[in-house]
Amino acid sequence: MKKTLLNKDKGKDFLTYAVVIVAFVIMQFLSSQGKLSSAVTGYLVPVCCYIVLAISLNLLVGVCGELSLGHAGFMGIGAFSGVVLATLLKNTVDNATLRLILAMVFGGTLAGLIGFLIGIPVLRLRGDYLAIVTLAFGEIMKNIIGNMYVGTDESGFRFAIATAKPKLVGKGKWILSGAMGVTGIKKLSTFAVGFGLILFTLFVVLNLINSKEGRAIKAVRDNRIAAESVGINVTTFRMKAFVVSAFLAGMAGALYGLNYSSLDAAKFNFNTSINILVFVVLGGMGNILGSVISATVLYILPEAMRGLADYRMIIYAVVLILVMLFTWSPKVKEYTSVVADRMKHLFKKEKEAAAK
Amino acid sequence: MSNQYPKNTVQVPTFNTYRESDAGKPLVLDVRNLGIDFGGLTAVDSFSVSLGPTEICGLIGPNGAGKTTIFNLLTGVYQPTRGSVLINGIDTKGMSTHKVTKLGIARTFQNIRLFTDMSVLDNVKVGMHNQIKCSFASSLFRLPGYFAAEKRANARAMELLDFMGLADLADQKAGSLPYGVQRRLEIVRALATNPSIILLDEPAAGMNPSETTELMHQIRRIRDTFHIAIFLIEHDMNLVMNVCETIAVLNYGRLIAKGTPEEIRQNPTVIEAYLGKEDGQ
Repeated sequence: MKKTLLNKDKGKDFLTYAVVIVAFVIMQFLSSQGKLSSAVTGYLVPVCCYIVLAISLNLLVGVCGELSLGHAGFMGIGAFSGVVLATLLKNTVDNATLRLILAMVFGGTLAGLIGFLIGIPVLRLRGDYLAIVTLAFGEIMKNIIGNMYVGTDESGFRFAIATAKPKLVGKGKWILSGAMGVTGIKKLSTFAVGFGLILFTLFVVLNLINSKEGRAIKAVRDNRIAAESVGINVTTFRMKAFVVSAFLAGMAGALYGLNYSSLDAAKFNFNTSINILVFVVLGGMGNILGSVISATVLYILPEAMRGLADYRMIIYAVVLILVMLFTWSPKVKEYTSVVADRMKHLFKKEKEAAAK
Repeated sequence: MSNQYPKNTVQVPTFNTYRESDAGKPLVLDVRNLGIDFGGLTAVDSFSVSLGPTEICGLIGPNGAGKTTIFNLLTGVYQPTRGSVLINGIDTKGMSTHKVTKLGIARTFQNIRLFTDMSVLDNVKVGMHNQIKCSFASSLFRLPGYFAAEKRANARAMELLDFMGLADLADQKAGSLPYGVQRRLEIVRALATNPSIILLDEPAAGMNPSETTELMHQIRRIRDTFHIAIFLIEHDMNLVMNVCETIAVLNYGRLIAKGTPEEIRQNPTVIEAYLGKEDGQ
């Protein structure tokens, strides 16, 4: 049989899994040999988080074609709900990994649920309007969390949204205390769980893309009117993409939150949303492997250049501009395709020569 | 169902239902006094037509007569101001496009609307969306149901592509195909929804004479193979006169004539609408 597009897609998916697994094995090996500096070890979990965030945003922006500028909002929901749950379960669930996974599932579910509720009004909008509304959503989430108090005291579980810290009854403790955020988090996140989350995300997103649902989502992106004309309910499929994306972002957020000893809402601002979007755009719209690679490189690049102090953001910006020019310029594309053809030709000749 | 009307059936020998094999069967499409206003402009008014289960009907008229508007009304893109559309006996009032499609109507577009970034095969499989029975969970987690459904869908899609002679192009990107092929792919995608009537909006536009002849055969073959009704808009009179069993003529949003090709050809009102009045008359 001829090599069909279906097989090509499968090949690409396989490559994506392979790259992630090989990278994990190499990092695990290096870390077991004690070859990794503490700085590099510190990058591992956040890189996993940002990869998941980039993939999930790519599902929304690249596959579904809807620009969202509020992804950090979902990440924040997942982070704080995950951290709160993990703290509450401190005495009931002993196993740290299990507690982390429960926190991630809880964070994801809550983010997915809020995504669904937000989606009902928001997904009536399209294009630029949707982008602006999601931007507002991200900021609102940040501010709500920044004024939210969650804790326990003698009257039980306490929850409040207030500008000043409410009083606790008797002996108790705020877990999340407004703008101060959460402090004294027991660090639960591990690289292995992060890797597991990436695999889970790849599994869900790649399966989704190559299924009936994924085709419907892509059809809505390519031509909404035609999609409706073949019986696809446009709103439903935009909603499905939105909720799955929010769910995964929430899980990544919980993993992120449980990786630090303190966490405050200001972290999940517009900048973070834009950073994730940059990963997606640079990696290529709808290109999952591209998201994985660009999230890794673009997270590590500014971190690794901390030594250069203020210059690092300039270098980061220059790198972004260059990469964009190189991937979008028609001349560069033409040139690379010519080079690729020549290489193929060369290999063919060599093979023929070898055959002789 | 509350919106279920008593089904109108095809009677012999009324004007547009003369296919004897259709006698006594319910109408696939029954349009009654359809009208739509855009602000103060009446785009379509008191338009009525009905199609039997295997009828090929043409809709012609000068540019701007409201032909595509009628297609948009039939498929729920626009909601009519007056009148009703019944598909397989069910009133489409207030239904959105995707729901109307499920009643058994499919269409192609005048300005081709394919999913350009997807493969030809995937375009057809998108068309089969409502035929593929596979839950969201089983596609997310690749449960056995997914593989069975995909296998069936692939086989069916290839069958349909083969029917229109596009099987070799299955793995091509839809946007990269030549114009005539894209038109045919749109027809395949419409057929994939398993319709009982299909609306073709200028299927021969941009085709050369030999492609048009080929298309005529294909339109008849579609009717004979799938046993469905076909309602088509076309400016190519050769195609319309040869393929259609009945023709409806529209001018300024109003039906000015209905009849067999022979009747339409000799109808003075139609000739006037197309060519204008002769001087001195």
